[in-house]
Formats: sequence, structure tokens, C-alpha cells
Amino acid sequence: MADRTDRWWFGVGAACVAAAVVLGASIGPAGPDWWRVPLEFVNRLPLISIETGVSESEWAIVWKIRMPRVVLGGVVGGMLSIAGASYQGVFRNPLVGPYLLGAAAGAGLGATLALTVGRGVTSSWAVDPVPTAAFVVAVASVMVTYTVGAAFGGDRTGVTLVLAGVAVVSFTSAVQTFLLQRNLEVFREVFRWITGSLANATWGDVGLVFPYAVVSVVVLLIHRRHLDLFRVGGDEAATLGMSVARTRLTIVIAATLGTAAVVSVSGLIGFVGLIVPHVVRLLAGAGHRRLLPLSLMGGAAFLILADIPGRMLSNPAETPIGVVTAFIGAPFFIYLLRTKRVGA
Amino acid sequence: MSELTLNGISVQYGDRTALRSFSDGVPAGEWVGLIGPNGAGKSSLLRAVAGLVQYGGAMYVDGVDLAGLGDRDRAQQIAYVPQEPLIPGDMTAFEYVLLGRNPYIGYFGGASRHDRSVVDDVLDRLRLREFADRMLGALSGGERQRVVLARALAQETPILLLDEPTSALDIGHQQQALELVTELREAQQLTVISALHDLTLAGTYTDRLVMLDHGEVIAAGPAREVLTAERLGAVYRVCVTVDVDPEDGAVIVVPRRGFLAS
Repeated sequence: MADRTDRWWFGVGAACVAAAVVLGASIGPAGPDWWRVPLEFVNRLPLISIETGVSESEWAIVWKIRMPRVVLGGVVGGMLSIAGASYQGVFRNPLVGPYLLGAAAGAGLGATLALTVGRGVTSSWAVDPVPTAAFVVAVASVMVTYTVGAAFGGDRTGVTLVLAGVAVVSFTSAVQTFLLQRNLEVFREVFRWITGSLANATWGDVGLVFPYAVVSVVVLLIHRRHLDLFRVGGDEAATLGMSVARTRLTIVIAATLGTAAVVSVSGLIGFVGLIVPHVVRLLAGAGHRRLLPLSLMGGAAFLILADIPGRMLSNPAETPIGVVTAFIGAPFFIYLLRTKRVGA
Repeated sequence: MSELTLNGISVQYGDRTALRSFSDGVPAGEWVGLIGPNGAGKSSLLRAVAGLVQYGGAMYVDGVDLAGLGDRDRAQQIAYVPQEPLIPGDMTAFEYVLLGRNPYIGYFGGASRHDRSVVDDVLDRLRLREFADRMLGALSGGERQRVVLARALAQETPILLLDEPTSALDIGHQQQALELVTELREAQQLTVISALHDLTLAGTYTDRLVMLDHGEVIAAGPAREVLTAERLGAVYRVCVTVDVDPEDGAVIVVPRRGFLAS
């Protein structure tokens, strides 16, 4: 009976993603009438032909500008949410997000380094070095966190790890602030990156992060049952036969790798990884069997939708998506807390 | 049905020795009660046997060295109910008891039909069927205690460790819980080691008592020999009288007014 409820929820999740994709592809400042776009999608399917009145150049706007943005939004939102849900599960702490162990601060520092110190060297490069630098420094930061945390901890609570994360985040942020303060001319550029954006996304960006995201998501989904064991605490999980430290390491590595990959192209989109898992928990329960897939789908749909208002409010500059997610998400979350909160 | 052999078990927390060279042989099917004041080393002993703290010495289940077993294999031999189990309020009783099947599920696997039927069975035996789909947060203290016990039983281990299983319960539920352990122990030939605060209950329900103080064994044997007013006065620094029921030989410890200066 539990399986049927699961399937129902997964159906709802998939429907939300599909609806978000169609909406995201249909709405934008330029391009064809919005209602023609879904029809054109059907038209493009094999063996089907409908007269939709969408010209090739209009289709190019949909396929080359909007779709990469929609797909990237889905990948980023889904990845951050499932990583957030996993982090919350592994540390049994509702306040942690995918950025906990330094992935975001590291990515920010990496991007800042590429835009300041590395500027002279890389300005003539054909490939943008910012994502690579962000990814590398993000992964390095989390590795430092883990090494420091494991050196002092070795316990089953994960508290030392979280504290090590706090220290690493403070340190990387300090370095970043120092660099920025000496290179005020790139401040705008770095700021734009930090606030996160899906604008100017290309299929190339999607291709860049997709492999990491897929591996990360698959590993996390495999560990759904283990995440449920973490809910009774590390000690009891150990007496139930779980290798606590090793399992936690595996989950943290997977979540971090995916997070680092997506933030390296999207910048730091906050809020999603923290709030989406909570919304899913309130609606569909806290068991990870359901929580992880639904966070993936819910996060994808949410970020695709949250990207739409940003495109329309583009005067003088596009509204950062992180602002939109918080602006829509926070009140909705408070509403849910008020109406649904039961038990502890 | 297994016997547990403990050879010179020591537990150290930093500089402090919590348990000093504890040795005992617990025959299959015996219920040993650990008693002693707070900090005597009861929980440390149980945590060592459960594999939660580093220990010196060696432990064997039916001659097999526990140190050589992996996490899962150990969890197939020994189930442990901590003093204050962490209860996730938003988990159903069924899901919670199903966690007890983890030692039998492969890393990439999921719960099998057999695992689910074991859980159904345990819930029936502990009269918890009606709570199966209820959230743990909505259960009373006594019901929760039974659910935690159910999780340990779902592990289907020959050895069961209970750390103060009745400390959060009223007198009625205390008796119920201990009666339940007795019933299960007889039905499944479980070997049980439990720490117990209430001396009268400890004497009544267990086969043998081991009294610890400052990490060392003070006395061991049947309740009638271990629970003497003199010894309790010295170890707990209390004033008690100990009565023995002339009909069934039950040892009854009664606190009295007055403070015993040592």
C-alpha cells in the first residue's frame, strides 16, 4: 500500500516538472506567442505534423535560448534540493543545506580568483575559466573541511564536521572579501556571479554539469534506506549494522560533487536546497524513499518556474534568481509551516 | 540461543576508567541484571558489548570473537536498546521496526517480503499491530518503549542488551515491559543483559545480579545474596531494609528515612 502512495507522489512530481518545462519554454520577452510553443513541441515529435505558425527563427529562440536555460534550471534546482535533503538527513539537522561544508563558499572563492588574480592570464582564453576554477576550489574546500573534521572528530555525530565547515566557510569568505576589496573593478562581475543566474545558459553548460549531476543523484538515490537509518542517530544506526562514518562520507561526497558542479555554472542560488526538502517533508512525509526523488523533482520544477519572473523583470538588469526564489519561496514556506506542522 | 563470554573488558574515557577488567560468562538463555549507582560502569559495559565504545579485552559469542566481525555481522548477534533512544517523531512504527532488519539487507538492497513479515510478526507479538501506521510522535511513553523493543527483536539476535529499559515508565508500564521481556526470553531463548535502577524489580525478574561500583564488580549472584542492606548501604550510601517474602522468596528493597554516613 505504501508503494501505491509512493507512485502517486512520483506521478505528481513528474507532472510538476513537465508543466514547469512547458511553461518555462513558452514564456519569454521575445519569440512566438506562448500558446504556440507547446503545439510546436508536439509538432516536432516524429510522425506528427501540426500547423503551428512558429517560424524557424522563433523556434531557434525557444530551442537555443530558452530550453538550455530551462534544462539547466531543472538540473541545478533538482541537484541542490536532493543534495540539501541528503545533507539534512546525514547530519540530522534541518538547518543545513548543500552549501554547509564549503561547496558554495569555495565556488565563490574560485570564481573570484579567476576573475581577479587569474584575469591577466586568462583574458585571451577561448573557454571561460570561471566554472572550472569554481568547481575545483569548491571541491578542494570540502576536502579540507572533511580532513579537518575527521582529524578531530571520528565520532558518529558529525558535529565536528559541521564545525569544521563553519571554519572553512569563514576562511574562504575572508580570502574572497580580501581579494574583492583590492580589485573593486570586478566587484560587479563577482557580485553577479555570487547572486546566481541562469541567463546566458547554453547547451554546453548543460553538458558540462549533467554527468556530475547524474552520478551524484544516482548515488544519493541508492542511499535512501541508509538515510532513514541516520534518523535514529549515529550510535543506534551503528548497532543496527551500519558503517556510519563510511556511509556518511559516501553520501557527503556524492552530494558535494553534484553541488559543486551545478554552482560552478549557475553561481550561488540560495534557498532552494534548504527549503524544497522541507516543503516536500511537510507535504509527503519525512521518509527518504519518497523525500529524495520528490526533492529532485520539486527542486527542478521550482527553479524552472522561479526563473520565469526574472526574465520578465529585466529592467535595468535581470532580477537575480536567488532573489526570486526567496521572494516566492519564503512566504509559501511560512504558510506551509502554519498550516501543516504536526509533531516534531 | 547463544552464550556470551566476556574476558577482561575495560573501558576508558580519556583518563577516566569507566570499567576495569570485567569478566563474566553468560550462559545461553540467562538474564543478567546489572546494578550499581550512577557512573558505576553499567552503561559502559553495555555500550562496549554493543560495539559503541573502544574496549580492552575480548568478547566471544559461542566462541566467535566479536572483534573479528563486521558491523552487519555483529548486528546479527547483538541487539541494543539504549537508555534514551532517539525517536524520530515523524516516522511510522512500522518503518521504525523495519530498521531492525538492516543487518540482513545488502548495501544496495531493499527490505524483502520476508523482512516485512518478520516486522509484522514482531508487531503482533508485542501487541502493536494497531500502531503500525501511527507516527512515533503520537505514541505514549509506554507504547514507544514497546516499539523500541520491537525494533531490537526484529533484529532476531540471540543476545539482547537493555540499558535501563524501564527508567521512563510508571510502575505499571515498568512491570509490563519486564513481563514482556520475560515472555520473549522464554519463547526465544534470548540471552539478556540489562542495566536496571530499581533493585526490587532487578531482583525479581533477572536470574542473576552483577553489582558494579567505580567500574569494578562488588558482588555477583542471586538477588538474595547480592542485595543485602549492609552492602547497599555501603555502595549506594542509602538507608534500606531488605525483606525476603517468605512465600516466594522475592527480595524486596525498602528505602528508609535517615542517611547512612560511611
